[in-house]
Amino acid sequence: MLQVNDIIHLAVTGLAQGCAYGLIALGFVLIYKATEVVNFAHGEFMMLGAFAVLAWSEFLGGSFWPAFVLGCLSIGAVGYLIDAQIMRRIIGQSSASIFIMTVAFGFIFRSLAGMIWGWKTLFLSTPFGGKIEIADGLSIGVDRVAIIVATVLLCGVLYLFFSRTRYGIAMQAASQNQLAAYYMGIPVKRLVSITWAIGAMIAAAAGALLAPITMVDTTIGFLGIKALAGAIVGGFGSIPGALLGCLLIGIVEPFADYFVPEIKGVSAYIVMLVVLFIRPQGLISQTFEKKV
Amino acid sequence: MQILFKTRYEDDIGFLVKTGEKVRVGMVLAFLFAAPLFLQTYYLSELSLLLVYAIAGIGLMILTGYTGQVSFGHAAFLGIGAYCHAILISHGVPFSVSVVATMILCGLVGMALGRSASKMHGFYLAIATLAFLILVETLLGEWVSMTNGYAGFAVPGMKILGASLGKAWQQYYVNLFFILLVIVGAANLFRSPTGRAFLAVRDSELSARSLGVNVEWVKIQSFGVSAAITGLAGVLLAHQLSYLSPEVFGVLESLKLMLMIVVGGLGSILGAVFGAILISVLPIVISFLKDVLPPAIGQQPGLEPLLFGVIIVLFIVLEPLGIYGRWMKLRYFFETFPYYRKSSFVRQKSYLKTERLR
Repeated sequence: MLQVNDIIHLAVTGLAQGCAYGLIALGFVLIYKATEVVNFAHGEFMMLGAFAVLAWSEFLGGSFWPAFVLGCLSIGAVGYLIDAQIMRRIIGQSSASIFIMTVAFGFIFRSLAGMIWGWKTLFLSTPFGGKIEIADGLSIGVDRVAIIVATVLLCGVLYLFFSRTRYGIAMQAASQNQLAAYYMGIPVKRLVSITWAIGAMIAAAAGALLAPITMVDTTIGFLGIKALAGAIVGGFGSIPGALLGCLLIGIVEPFADYFVPEIKGVSAYIVMLVVLFIRPQGLISQTFEKKV
Repeated sequence: MQILFKTRYEDDIGFLVKTGEKVRVGMVLAFLFAAPLFLQTYYLSELSLLLVYAIAGIGLMILTGYTGQVSFGHAAFLGIGAYCHAILISHGVPFSVSVVATMILCGLVGMALGRSASKMHGFYLAIATLAFLILVETLLGEWVSMTNGYAGFAVPGMKILGASLGKAWQQYYVNLFFILLVIVGAANLFRSPTGRAFLAVRDSELSARSLGVNVEWVKIQSFGVSAAITGLAGVLLAHQLSYLSPEVFGVLESLKLMLMIVVGGLGSILGAVFGAILISVLPIVISFLKDVLPPAIGQQPGLEPLLFGVIIVLFIVLEPLGIYGRWMKLRYFFETFPYYRKSSFVRQKSYLKTERLR
């Protein structure tokens, strides 16, 4: 039978997992809002991020924070280049081609990461070891708390960026109407590339923070699909909706795994299919019927 | 340039109009029918597998290429078809009955998925089908009493009307029969009102609806037809593999189908066939590359997915119409010689077809 402590433990684990999904989904939604491209390779950005931080921390001799910053920046550069060099060329093609293109990027990234860093599971040492004792017999890993804190912090920073800074407001304008923004003298192309860079950087940060829990190998990018499922549950067009959906999926998952172990790993997709069946636009809708 | 004079009614309804087309298709057919005479067993079974993939590709092409609905879950129908057929014939159901039953089952499952998908569009659909695939794969693995789980399921040999068809050339002719049926059926479909409605929905849902097309029903139909054809491919694949296990029908297989139709050329039946040829030839090229390249690169386990990815990216960026587009341009070049210009096929760019109006 479940004790109260177990319930709290499962819930906090789920919350942390949901926050991790949320971080990845944040990148998805930013890129989607800016360009209407759904980046199926976003989980792979996360995977590359974990590897990049690992590589930098080996290069710098074990210090985590400088490696974290450098790793995120390098993945941001990858994101920028992907948009500036490739995605920009295929604007206007059928959405099927664009999806398949991003899926293909996922495959390329996974293979390249395997070729560079090997196919074995690696370990990234982070300063988030140990556990916090909350109550009697109830303790939570610092790594999970770190993810929750980082999600809250990043959301705050992004909110301030998009509502207060010149660049952020220009990005909002470009995402609402590219042509009008262009007429107002906003460098739309560069801003879209920067959006890709920001999305990739958030994913990389998520990868590095998740590294103590998931370890680092080439398959952790598949978390990206679950994050996508979460974002869809919440409604893809809105950032709060996507975060909410990811939290929901993150919290449902450990309980579903506990009660129905047969469906371990696929409960997220079941939740998503059920939600899509009832509300095809997600819980918080941003899509409107086209009127002529 | 060739000028067509249509003097008979058959000219209007025939599939092949120009003499050149008739000659080309005739040559391909002659080759296919004569292939068992001069091909070794290994190459013959590769060719049979190619035909199976071509059927699956046509199935997906009807949905993605002609109706514009992206599905990342078509390997699920391949899996359902293969398992359903294998289970049925191992219980003693005759081949012909089992094939029809499997196709109906796949069609119904496809229609159910289409029903839930008919209100979604774009990537919601892509993700929903991907989730469907993951669920089906899990189900095939966990339903041990029916599918024998991850231990695998041995497929009984093919028997039609009491005659055992176990040899490679016999299976090859069965596959050939089915692919010709599917190609003619698909080509006919797109001359019927139903098929035209598919195309209308692909090009613009809004204008299709204002022309009186029931968009939801068209999507359901398209899912059903596509799933039934892919299920047929699954049936043939089961006999080709002769041993089924759930991992075969995973995300990678779906991506392979997608790669086939995108690289082959979206929106043409021939494209699906070209794509099937490509993915059958690619492993051979890759194994050749492995011998040629220095071992440090050639023996890397990730080489195959890397090349798959690179090929998709290159095709989408450089030749969005796929191999079929190349072929069309080449043909056009010779037919209109010397009037071909680079700008003959410049595609019109459209920017930001928005789905959310805010």
